[in-house]
Amino acid sequence: MNAPFEGIGASMKRKEDLRFISGHGHYVDDINRPGQLYAYIKRSDRAHAELRGIDTAAAKASAGVVAVYTSADLTGIGGLPCGWQIHNKDGSPMAEPAHPVLASGKVRHVGDPVAVVIAETKQQAKDAAEKLVVDYKDLPAVATVTDAVKPGAAQVHEGAAGNVCYDWEIGDKGAVDAAFAKAAKTVKLDLTNNRLIPNAMEPRAAIGEYDPTTGEHTLYTTSQNPHVIRLLMGAFVLQIPEHKLRVVAPDVGGGFGSKIYHYAEEAIVTWASGKLAQPVKWAAERNESFMSDAHGRDHVSTAELALAADGTFLALRVKTLCNMGAYLSTFAPAVPTYLYATLLAGVYKTPAIYAEVKAVFTNTVPVDAYRGAGRPEASFLLERLVDVAARDTGMDRVEIRRKNFIPKDAFPYQTPVALQYDSGDYVSTLDAAMKHADWAGFPARRAAAKAKGKLRGIGMSTYLEACGIAPSKVVGSLGARAGLYEVANIRVHPTGSVTVFTGTHSHGQGHETTMAQLVSDQLGVPFSQVEVVHGDTSKIPFGMGTYGSRSLAVGGSAMVKAMDKIITKGRKIAAHLLEAAVEDVEFKDGKFTVAGTDRSKTLSEIALTAYVPHNYPIEELEPGLDETAFYDPKNFTYPGGCHVCEVEIDAETGVVSVVNFTAVDDVGRVVNPMIVEGQVQGGVAQGIGQALLENAVYDQDGQLLSGSFMDYTMPRADNLPNIKVGTETTLCTHNPLGVKGCGEVGAIGSPPAVINAVVDALSDYGVRHLDMPASPQKIWSIIQGAPRMAAE
Amino acid sequence: MYDFEYLKPKALAEAASILAGDGDAKALAGGMTFIPVLKQRLNKPSKVVDLAALGLSGIKVSGETVEIGAMTTHATVAASADVKRAIPALAKLAGNIGDEAVRHRGTIGGSLANNDPSACYPAAVLAMGATIVTNKRRIEADNYFQGMFATALEQGEVITSVVFPVPAKAAYMKFANPASRYAMVGVFVAKGPKGTRVAVTGAGQNGVFRHKAMEEALAKNWSADAVAGVKTPADGLNSDIHASAEYRAHLVGVMAKRAVAAAG
Ligand SMILES: Cc1cc2nc3c(=O)[nH]c(=O)nc-3n(C[C@H](O)[C@H](O)[C@H](O)COP(=O)(O)OP(=O)(O)OC[C@H]3O[C@@H](n4cnc5c(N)ncnc54)[C@H](O)[C@@H]3O)c2cc1C
Repeated sequence: MNAPFEGIGASMKRKEDLRFISGHGHYVDDINRPGQLYAYIKRSDRAHAELRGIDTAAAKASAGVVAVYTSADLTGIGGLPCGWQIHNKDGSPMAEPAHPVLASGKVRHVGDPVAVVIAETKQQAKDAAEKLVVDYKDLPAVATVTDAVKPGAAQVHEGAAGNVCYDWEIGDKGAVDAAFAKAAKTVKLDLTNNRLIPNAMEPRAAIGEYDPTTGEHTLYTTSQNPHVIRLLMGAFVLQIPEHKLRVVAPDVGGGFGSKIYHYAEEAIVTWASGKLAQPVKWAAERNESFMSDAHGRDHVSTAELALAADGTFLALRVKTLCNMGAYLSTFAPAVPTYLYATLLAGVYKTPAIYAEVKAVFTNTVPVDAYRGAGRPEASFLLERLVDVAARDTGMDRVEIRRKNFIPKDAFPYQTPVALQYDSGDYVSTLDAAMKHADWAGFPARRAAAKAKGKLRGIGMSTYLEACGIAPSKVVGSLGARAGLYEVANIRVHPTGSVTVFTGTHSHGQGHETTMAQLVSDQLGVPFSQVEVVHGDTSKIPFGMGTYGSRSLAVGGSAMVKAMDKIITKGRKIAAHLLEAAVEDVEFKDGKFTVAGTDRSKTLSEIALTAYVPHNYPIEELEPGLDETAFYDPKNFTYPGGCHVCEVEIDAETGVVSVVNFTAVDDVGRVVNPMIVEGQVQGGVAQGIGQALLENAVYDQDGQLLSGSFMDYTMPRADNLPNIKVGTETTLCTHNPLGVKGCGEVGAIGSPPAVINAVVDALSDYGVRHLDMPASPQKIWSIIQGAPRMAAE
Repeated sequence: MYDFEYLKPKALAEAASILAGDGDAKALAGGMTFIPVLKQRLNKPSKVVDLAALGLSGIKVSGETVEIGAMTTHATVAASADVKRAIPALAKLAGNIGDEAVRHRGTIGGSLANNDPSACYPAAVLAMGATIVTNKRRIEADNYFQGMFATALEQGEVITSVVFPVPAKAAYMKFANPASRYAMVGVFVAKGPKGTRVAVTGAGQNGVFRHKAMEEALAKNWSADAVAGVKTPADGLNSDIHASAEYRAHLVGVMAKRAVAAAG
């Protein structure tokens, strides 16, 4: 009898979905501990002010209040650490101002926590917080990067002159200048990458609990990486040794990067629960998410491309200002440098690249990685620039790309900006996307749209990204203060079922399914017999969590290594039982067989023997079948592909509708095609959101104008077309599975495809570029302002 | 939210007397606006008087009028065969308010009592010249809307129903705010017993208003072209991160033109 195929390549339904869609997910805010108190954080409503004093007397006297803390109470507590150090052009380290858990001396953005009230109920905590009297002296504020670098701009930190966090460069300036000097053509483009608010469905929450009898602290938190939080908070903020600190990240309702970072509230509840010897819960209300979750993107750039007469790219020069917000969030400095500027080669063999990145402080929420992190900024810049280059030089948008692609026989390919790509075939994804999108049939569709009074445009992006982060030694040399390996523990139980303990974390991606499939495939154990455990530092080994599309490429590779150890040991046990030489025992489809015979033992027989070692080579081999492996990747992985977007514009109102979207991606080997399709569609939804809808807007005084869903436009189902997803595969050459990663490609590849399509639709109006989001008002103003070039 | 006393009276007179007797008491209909306001602690009522048990929901159609009870939900209006037959534009308007959940809770009375400057119903009421019926009196639409979030209602006055004269032609066109999906600009055009009227919501700094220039143009010549030629001044229109006053003024023209075309 043939069992249904459940292994690598099967679209298994997601194991976790029954609990999610039936309301049985178990999130932090679902957890309630005996004697639990509630924390409410009083946040600054000023963007920038001196904090002259906080009168807590009335709040402390308010009903149900157990404690009120301000920064003055947090003695002996460190600030929130930054996990990455960038160096300036001159070799000096970046400015790294203190990031206190509760604001001290000054508040620096709307939402900056100034005090915490802890009471028996959440209502009581809120009631009391209203009685806090905060004495602010307003200071001038600065909200945008362009304002922050102006002479005389308000200074966010004393230690960061001119608001500069760092002024960094990469590439060969001399070679680039020389190439520009002799180029036949040059093209220049100014562009902005809009600021985004992640808006995971589940707001952040944290519960601290302390057991005075053991001295153990437990933190339940909405995190993508519980061990990272344990390390940062334990070692740098609260000085709790790791054996006395347990961090649990149970079901987490989306992260998109925003739940990587160590946040003040985690330290507050952990510290306060220790002090009060009672559990303390904090859960964000949605308005707090808007003003306290790390935001994403926010770049202002100038890009220049030098071309030969035939359209060959000769050199790229980029200058970027990026917003760090008011304080450095955990990985913020890395995003606009090593996750952005190193990606500026894209899929092109541009021989010389030079980029300067200046990171600046502003009176806004800290900015850090958000789905794609740095790579969407690079792909938007590059893929817009390539379209503009085609337009300015009169070349075809597709031909200019084909001409400059890194050919498929050029791998491994060393770019001029540090990365070495291992594999790819950009022509295959381009051809497949153009075919699925019926690129050739577009002129007819444009004509049909015109007959209905609509402007139709088509655009593409041929993008590349680097994920599967990351080789520890490489990132260490680039300023990372952590290693980025991953770990897996594979426990084969006596009856042959398997539990997989992974250091990665699933917050919607479907790891419980994909990883179970992987293990099922490799060990020949039925899918239903494999359970994946993640998210609790008391259960799982020390892993680095989930971000940068690393869970399968790095975490899955660790599983393969652990399974190799299981198989190696299993062969020894089988050789003993079957009285054969170890070298003669083969493992396949869950069976150990003596080569060339029908003598075999199943994995469950071997497991039982391992745990009941009566007939066992006990002199040479330990009992048990339980192996752990750490895997440090040799390189990043390099997914890429081609996204094609088709839009229709209502010229009277300026409304842009995405009518077709095709994504063909090379994500390496596909374990579960259904999950890959869902990940790509979700990413594209966010990319279309960025391109057309989303925008975090501050006014000049640093007030967040888009501070709720009434003003911040999230993409919704009716903003999206049916997103066609395809894959074309080249395998990653340096990890055992050949996988690359699919979690971010959608958000990286899609925004430039959308804007390229919008610009194409507006070609009659002489539009060369427009920044995101392409809102109706923006499109309408462009149409108003532009004399129509072509005849009606 | 702050603590309050929750009351659910069974008789209109009782509800009205509680509300009239206590300046800090507030009525609760669908709660779609009021409950978020309470959650954000922007209002501190002493009592919340739930109007759900007063028998104020239902739709009555006679030859010349459609009367909708104050507690009738948007979903009920949208699905009503009677409303669809008599004033299809009204059913369609109700069916495009908010989302499914909002339409199953939100009520016509709540919408009109609240008079959000971006709400849809005020445009229908003003354009068709409907009458707001309360526990005390009948208020003509032209006298009812008194600026943003302001109405002719007095403390303790409860809307019981709204009476719409059935128009010969009517249509509503809404340009939704991309984020909130309320009307960024909504234009209701009607030709009926109360004349040829055009009401604009979402755009004005003082809430819903009648567009006299368009009314005159349409009275002379009911056609999309007639309104297309009427310029709307940007003065007095809202400006925010989604739309400048100029853009709103432009959209008023586009929505009006499309509404007239849809009305036939
Ligand atoms: C997400 C969302 C989207 C929305 N989108 C739209 C939209 O697109 N277009 C639109 O028009 N509206 C929209 N709304 C508003 C919604 O449709 C309701 O009309 C509105 O919330 C008020 O109705 P309610 O029944 O919920 O009233 P409530 O919130 O219960 O009450 C509102 C106010 O009216 C008073 N009140 C209620 N009933 C009476 C009465 N009978 N007599 C006197 N006073 C009374 C209350 O005291 C309160 O002050 C939206 C709301 C939400 C939450």
